[in-house]
Amino acid sequence: MIMESLSGRKKVLEQKPMNFWERMYLPAILKGMGITFMHMFKKKETIHYPEQEREFSENWRGMHSLKRDEDGRERCTACGLCALSCPAEAITMISAEREKGEEHLYREEKYAAVYEINMLRCIFCGLCEEACPKEAIYLDGPIVPADFLRKDFIYGKDKLVEMPITELEALKGAKV
Amino acid sequence: MEVAFLIEKVVLVLVLFTLTLTIAAYSTWAERKVAAWLQDRVGPNRAGIFGLLQPLADGGKMFFKEEIMPSGANKWLFIAGPSLALLVSFLGSAVIPFGQNIEVFGRSMPLQVTDINVGVLYIFGVVSLGVYGIMIGGWASNNKYSLMGAIRGASQNISYEIAMGLSIIALLLVTNTLSFKEIAEQQHGWHWNILVQPLGFLIFLVCAFAETNRVPFDLPECETELIGGYQTEYSGFKMGAYMFAEYINMFVSSAVMAVLYFGGYNYPGMDAVNAMLGPTWGPLIGVAVMFLKIILFIFFFMWVRWTVPRFRYDQLMDLGWKVLIPLAIANIVITAIVITVVDKL
Repeated sequence: MIMESLSGRKKVLEQKPMNFWERMYLPAILKGMGITFMHMFKKKETIHYPEQEREFSENWRGMHSLKRDEDGRERCTACGLCALSCPAEAITMISAEREKGEEHLYREEKYAAVYEINMLRCIFCGLCEEACPKEAIYLDGPIVPADFLRKDFIYGKDKLVEMPITELEALKGAKV
Repeated sequence: MEVAFLIEKVVLVLVLFTLTLTIAAYSTWAERKVAAWLQDRVGPNRAGIFGLLQPLADGGKMFFKEEIMPSGANKWLFIAGPSLALLVSFLGSAVIPFGQNIEVFGRSMPLQVTDINVGVLYIFGVVSLGVYGIMIGGWASNNKYSLMGAIRGASQNISYEIAMGLSIIALLLVTNTLSFKEIAEQQHGWHWNILVQPLGFLIFLVCAFAETNRVPFDLPECETELIGGYQTEYSGFKMGAYMFAEYINMFVSSAVMAVLYFGGYNYPGMDAVNAMLGPTWGPLIGVAVMFLKIILFIFFFMWVRWTVPRFRYDQLMDLGWKVLIPLAIANIVITAIVITVVDKL
């Protein structure tokens, strides 16, 4: 008994026996080969990374950067919320107290002396970015590059912290 | 035996050996390039200009990879498999004429290592030996996938060799000789055998795909079902030997098809060219034409590979036994009748 279709969307496909030409396979094969041949002259889809990079969408999450404020001071206060929120446990840090005379370096009284992200563990979910109360970390960088050793994937502050504004401007000035 | 004769043959063998190796190596590069082009990609382009150093890089990688031998494998046969496959694949090109006699240093030199009068039979013998490499390797691996691949390879080659042989018989009725040299010479100019034996060529072509284990008949290796078939347990250079053997087989069967059906080194207007360029450079144009045909056939092999899906095993057997063999027999009968009628008239 054929069941009544409840949704009304069921479509029974009829399978016709193949005719002589279809059983020969050759016409179909030739047609297929024509299609693949024409593909040789189509525009190549390849993006030649690393010389070329594809355009990223606005909410693309790439490498992390630790931000500075308007005066060029590090925003991070080493509260550890990013490490706590990280589902991959990729972030570790050691905090330190700001000394006298370091006010131009760190905005808060406590700062991250060591801040490390293991890029092999990181899943680029962006939860650290959401957890941060100081707007200190953003995943707005490029693709994390390949490397040869595991230890080289643990990025410290030298790679993560934004360039100081003065240096950035000096760089820009040099380029112009 | 003259010294000059020996030198001539040694040079010819060495040139042919190097050429075969080079063509096989660059077939791997071409395979990847053609695959990329047919799929809107660019293919290997990092090693050297247009990726031309890719075969060297791949070869170097093969050499330095770890060679793993399964503990349950039969040690000697495990090594014998790929060695035999590679050795046998080289043998085929010995009887193929690559050009007309060429005049070098006042000597007329045939561009064929040896012109045995049963060249076609020789090729058949060598090609059917090729399956032993697959069978031995697959059995010695002591792995069910490998064994399955080996069994498939054996039964496939047996089935398709019949149709291939029958299609050749029809050709032999036309040519009346088994020597490659004479077959090539009969097709002087534009008298190519494809014009008198189109159906025979079609059967031969399909069988050639099966004999070289190329898609759509690559059932002995098929990556998706048998994870590489007889190659499953092989790694490093032995795996490379199998791959190389496959590409050399492709080159040899392309050359055989070019000689048997597409006139080999013959091309329309060759007499005028030969008269103009003389007995040294004229035949070289013929050699270039021959290699152009071979390269086109190799391209065709690849083009088909990246278009057609693999046959199912029972469909493969159906095609071989129920379609190709009856067709080949019909082809023989028709050819024989036509020849008899034409002779009587």
